[in-house]
Formats: sequence, C-alpha cells, structure tokens
Amino acid sequence: MAKKQRPTKAQQEYQEFVKTKEPKRSILKNCIWAFFVGGSICALGQIIMTIFIKYFNFNEKTASSPMVAVLIIISSLLTSLGVYDHLAQYAGAGTIVPITGFANTMTSAAIEHRSEGYVLGVGGNMFKLSGSVIVFGVFSAFVVAIIKILLMMLGVI
Amino acid sequence: MEKLFWAFVIGGAICVIGQIMLDVFKLTPAHTTVILVVSGVILGGLGWYDPLIKFAGAGASVPISSFGNSLLKGAMKEYEGGGLVGVLTGIFDITSAGVSAAIIFAFIASLFFRPKG
Repeated sequence: MAKKQRPTKAQQEYQEFVKTKEPKRSILKNCIWAFFVGGSICALGQIIMTIFIKYFNFNEKTASSPMVAVLIIISSLLTSLGVYDHLAQYAGAGTIVPITGFANTMTSAAIEHRSEGYVLGVGGNMFKLSGSVIVFGVFSAFVVAIIKILLMMLGVI
Repeated sequence: MEKLFWAFVIGGAICVIGQIMLDVFKLTPAHTTVILVVSGVILGGLGWYDPLIKFAGAGASVPISSFGNSLLKGAMKEYEGGGLVGVLTGIFDITSAGVSAAIIFAFIASLFFRPKG
C-alpha cells in the first residue's frame, strides 16, 4: 500500500531538489562520445587488419577474423583491469555496439560470478548478458536463410 | 589511410545509432545490441551489408551488426556447398573466431582476476 500513497510535500520538494542537482546528460554529448569512442575502436580494428594484411599474408576477407580475435583479447584484458567499464561510463553505445562490448559483457559476467565456482558460476553465467545476442542472431539468421533459400527455389532471386 | 577515415566515420555512425536507441527510445543495452544484430541479418539478407564492409572495412565489420551478417553468410555458404543441413552446420562458420575467442579469454580472465569494486 505504501507505494500508492501520494508523496508528501517534503518528498515532492526533495524530488525537485534532486532533479536540479542531477548531472544533465545531454543526448548530443552522449552521441558525440559514442561517435568518437566507437569510431576509434573501429579505426583500431582497421589498423590491426592492415597489419595482418601487410605482414601475415592475409587478404581483405580473411583478415577480419584474426582482427576480431585481437580486439576481443584487448577488450577482455581491459575489462579484467577495470578500464573498459570506466570508459563505458562516458562512451555508452560507443563501447557497447562494437564487438569489444560483446567480449566485455562475457568477461565481466565470468569474473563477477567466479565466487560461485567455476562450473555453476563462471560456466553458467558467462552468457548471461551476451546470450541474447547469440540467440536472436542465430534465430534471425536461420529465418532469413530459410526465406532466402525458398525464394531461390521458387526462382525469384 | 582513406580506409581508416571511413572505418572511423561509419563505425562511429553505427555507434551513434546505438546511442540514440539508448537515449531517445530508452532501450536497455541488451535490446540495442539485439536490434543491431537482427538488422545486420536483415541487411545481409538483402545483400546490402557486404558492400558496406567493402566500403568501410573495419567500420562495418567491428560493430555487432556484422555478427548477424556473418551468421547469415556462413549459413548461406554452407547451404550452397552442402544442401539444407548447411544452414545448421554453417551458421557459426565465420563467427567462430569471435565467439571462441570471447569464451576462451573470458574464462582465462576469470582464472586470474577478481571483480573490481
């Protein structure tokens, strides 16, 4: 019942006071942060890709897998050291959208649940946050693939 | 050098789309990434994602939307090589490097590090 009670005058005043003190996070500022941090991560990926093409005999297509792996290693390490989450406070989607964000959610879930043991804690919770990406990615890829195959069989494409 | 510039701009732009989903539409990070992955699959199905990768390089292949595109591409490649079962066997074909690396290094991290306050 307590929830339905109207806030008293003092409470209302306090709420308004809190609003004035809250740091204003403008959408534009967040977008600029996201743009620069996200863009930098992608540019770093491009640099890694160029290195793989130049010195390790990969081509444009095959270089993307090792590049992604290197970014994931970097992201896991930075997450372990607590740097990535610090950056994420400012960068928002700039750190969530790149593949490094995927590695970050997995690493942080793994570290966070290690106190519950390796099998139930780490193993069971590693995909807690990132699992949704895999589930929806795989299912939608399956649906689109089937639609595409049907259209190919019918001779539309 | 030009490729680096476009990787920065396109990669940044995709992150801004994600930020708008977070801020304007008040979605959770999980919903944002799921929407981006599914749109990557759909764009891949329409054949629009590969030209974007060709143009922007890592700017298109680092954001999570490329994960969706790669899932579909792997499935279609195996289908062409081995028939309908290929959809199941090929779906993780290209993304395997990313998923395996993430699992392995997340596990290694859990061996050596403790949660930061």
